[in-house]
Amino acid sequence: MSRILVVQEARRDGNARFFQETLAAGRRLASSTGLTLEAAGVGDPNKDIFLEITGPTPASGHAIIHPALETYTPDGYVLAFEQLIRKLEPAYVIFPHTYQVRDFVPRLAARFGQTLIGDVTAFEDGPLFIRQLFQGRISARYRHEGGGPCFASIQSGAFRNDSPNGGTMDIYHFTPEIPADALRTKPSEPFRGSAQTVDLGSAQLIVSVGRGIREAENLPLIESLAAALGAEIAASRPICDNGWLPMERQVGSSGQSVAPKLYLAVGISGAIQHLVGMKASQCIVAINKDPDAPIFEVADYGIVGDLFEVVPALTEAVKAAK
Amino acid sequence: MKIIVAIKQVPERDAPVRIAANHKSIDETDLNWAMNEPDAYALEEALQLKEKNGGEVIVLSAGPERVGSTIREALAKGADRAIHVVSDDLGSRDALGVARLLAEAIKPENPDLVLTGLQSEDLGLGQTGVIVAELLGLPHSTLILQVEKTDAGIKVKRELEEGWFQHIELPLPAVLTIQSGGNKLRYATLMGIKRAKMKEVRSVNAADLGPATAPVLTLEQISLPSKQKSTQILPGTAKEAAAALVEKLKFEARVL
Repeated sequence: MSRILVVQEARRDGNARFFQETLAAGRRLASSTGLTLEAAGVGDPNKDIFLEITGPTPASGHAIIHPALETYTPDGYVLAFEQLIRKLEPAYVIFPHTYQVRDFVPRLAARFGQTLIGDVTAFEDGPLFIRQLFQGRISARYRHEGGGPCFASIQSGAFRNDSPNGGTMDIYHFTPEIPADALRTKPSEPFRGSAQTVDLGSAQLIVSVGRGIREAENLPLIESLAAALGAEIAASRPICDNGWLPMERQVGSSGQSVAPKLYLAVGISGAIQHLVGMKASQCIVAINKDPDAPIFEVADYGIVGDLFEVVPALTEAVKAAK
Repeated sequence: MKIIVAIKQVPERDAPVRIAANHKSIDETDLNWAMNEPDAYALEEALQLKEKNGGEVIVLSAGPERVGSTIREALAKGADRAIHVVSDDLGSRDALGVARLLAEAIKPENPDLVLTGLQSEDLGLGQTGVIVAELLGLPHSTLILQVEKTDAGIKVKRELEEGWFQHIELPLPAVLTIQSGGNKLRYATLMGIKRAKMKEVRSVNAADLGPATAPVLTLEQISLPSKQKSTQILPGTAKEAAAALVEKLKFEARVL
């Protein structure tokens, strides 16, 4: 029980940034607990997952190799990680909080009589694990009780990887036993949703609308403001769920990630699933009637008020300034 | 197909969130409650599956007395009957503890399919359905937008990140967590509301579903989140604030 195991996930886009952040979180935990940091992941160690580590290297890496794991299934991953964890007996197992992790780690943790501490944004000494409740309105501190292992997943963007110097580590191969009939779900190849005709990623100005707009009939208010600014229109998930705007205009963890010069959030409360898709914007403006809405935590400028009054006034002010 | 839908009652979305004096929970005084929205999508998927393939839809909810109103809403929308796991101290259980209750309540029903929302709007743990699958020994899949009955079981459409999707085939029985937006939610009709009053709601005491085990996770304290940026709030009437904002965007932030 003297290890912290940080788990890497192979990404379709090859982006290792999130893994670096998860490692940074692991280093933070290692320095406050005095435990050794190790890495683990599924896949060929020479090709894939352990090549892009920057910063102080973990003591060792564990590459889980098995033909049944070439395509992700929750059954296969739970079995493989269960066996690796029983062998290594880590005190903590740290994951990036991805859709894949959400799919299999709660099941893996339950197999050890544990509960995953999901979407962690920070640690405090103890250790205490900080995560958000009520769509970002409340911050909660959790303590892990009793024996281990303790499972936690780290929110994207919460830990900065600021250790540029890398090194080499010893890689150990691990081959789990996976019976032929263990994989009950049969996944097919991932595919893209309907052809993307809107590239929000390259937009310089974005006006984004949320539940505060109340009805689809009120959307022209937003369209007028976007037209006055010369901005693209985007939305939070519920607007697209309701079919008021097409899914391709959705910003957030399940939609597009954007970083425009100006992101103007109208009637968006700022649940974390939305914030992760826009908080890298250069300038964020929030218009919301609730002064406690989490969107104001990331906004540079805010107007607390009724959007049905503020948006028309803003449209006029933008026109007047041109 | 016999389908169980696990639903949770959560504070209404616009309800003010106030921290209780013990700094461990929110103040429930004068709070209005509603059905967790992802669970409403799970219920909708179950009702549509029943309409296409026949069978029965049973709603399952755990919580105190007040949960009854959300159960009635689900029955009014078309569920056939309900199981209410009565518990006044759900808050002291972690996700595994709550999932154990639900799994024990599900077992004697032997359903073909268990559905629930992908996460709750209050605690946002996003784990309950997956843990229930483990406790029942059933295959599972998460973030599901569509479910289709096949000869061998079901075929589902799963949402991946950044606009990607995937089809997955599962044998039955299985557990799915449902993503919002896959269907259009229905409203309860007047007739539905009337009929719901006649439908069976079976109450089960949490204590009768097995001893509560000590939680692995304990909530130490809750607080308001700390701000990541210092936000300039622009005061005044809508017109004044709008004019001030345009000035700031032009000359301070230089983004217009």
